[in-house]
Amino acid sequence: MTEIGLSHYLAVAAILFTIGVFGIFVNRKNVIILLMSVELLLLAVNINLVAFSSYLGDLAGQVFAMFVLTVAAAEAAVGLAILVVYFRNRGNISVEDVNLMKG
Amino acid sequence: MLQVITFWILASVTVLSAFFVVAARNPVRSVLWLILAFFSAAGLFVLLGAEFLAMLLIVVYVGAVAVLFLFVVMMLDVDFTELKQGFLSYLPFGALVSIVLATELIIVGNAWTEANVVAPAGASATPEGVSNVEALGMLLYDDYAYFFQAAGLVLLVAMIGAIVLTLRHKPHIKRQNIAEQVGRDRKTAVTMQDVKSGEGLGE
Repeated sequence: MTEIGLSHYLAVAAILFTIGVFGIFVNRKNVIILLMSVELLLLAVNINLVAFSSYLGDLAGQVFAMFVLTVAAAEAAVGLAILVVYFRNRGNISVEDVNLMKG
Repeated sequence: MLQVITFWILASVTVLSAFFVVAARNPVRSVLWLILAFFSAAGLFVLLGAEFLAMLLIVVYVGAVAVLFLFVVMMLDVDFTELKQGFLSYLPFGALVSIVLATELIIVGNAWTEANVVAPAGASATPEGVSNVEALGMLLYDDYAYFFQAAGLVLLVAMIGAIVLTLRHKPHIKRQNIAEQVGRDRKTAVTMQDVKSGEGLGE
């Protein structure tokens, strides 16, 4: 408790990751919250990368975290664009109707 | 000692606000909790000595992504209480899986740290006596230059994709057509009419 080590950061990242997965489980209908949960997952991964990078003295982890950040930003932009188009067509954002296009 | 207290405060705020992101009833509040989570995670990054990534997290996530979410949440006129249905039916199973997942991850993390695995020779060791930003910049523009370019390409494709998806031309809006304006000449612009006196054009 008095010394902060790598395992503490790993635990925080693990809990954060789990909360993201939990959010995907329980918010099955609300796509906006789903996208936010994905952001939380990526944040947890970033914390893991940076913690390992810091404790192992290897800067490559931080470079990787930066790339994850880039991909997360791109994913949020495209995801929200798809959401806006979907809302224009259907008038709601319920995911359960998405399989309407199933052939 | 101050470091330890700071870690516990930041970690607990991050976890709590992340929980409220998924549990909040109102999506606007979810976004605000998300901003708080990113902010405290940035604090954790500072504690770890990754100052540049902390600033990046605040600029990119809080400044761009979270605000984008906020825009979309406020733009879409959706009945959010209806979307919250089904929350309780998935809750027990979701909670069970989550608890198992978290326990496993934490056990693995602890065991790995406990085993004290000797770190393999790092891909790029942290240089001594240089600031985090400088070291990261050297690494990024030397060893990872192509990956950096590829990241830029990913952002470009995402930008074009988002624009193509959301751009639409409404049919009843008048737009300026420069070529049409410039291409006008006397033949297309003026017509001669013979008007009988006293009757007018009659249309």
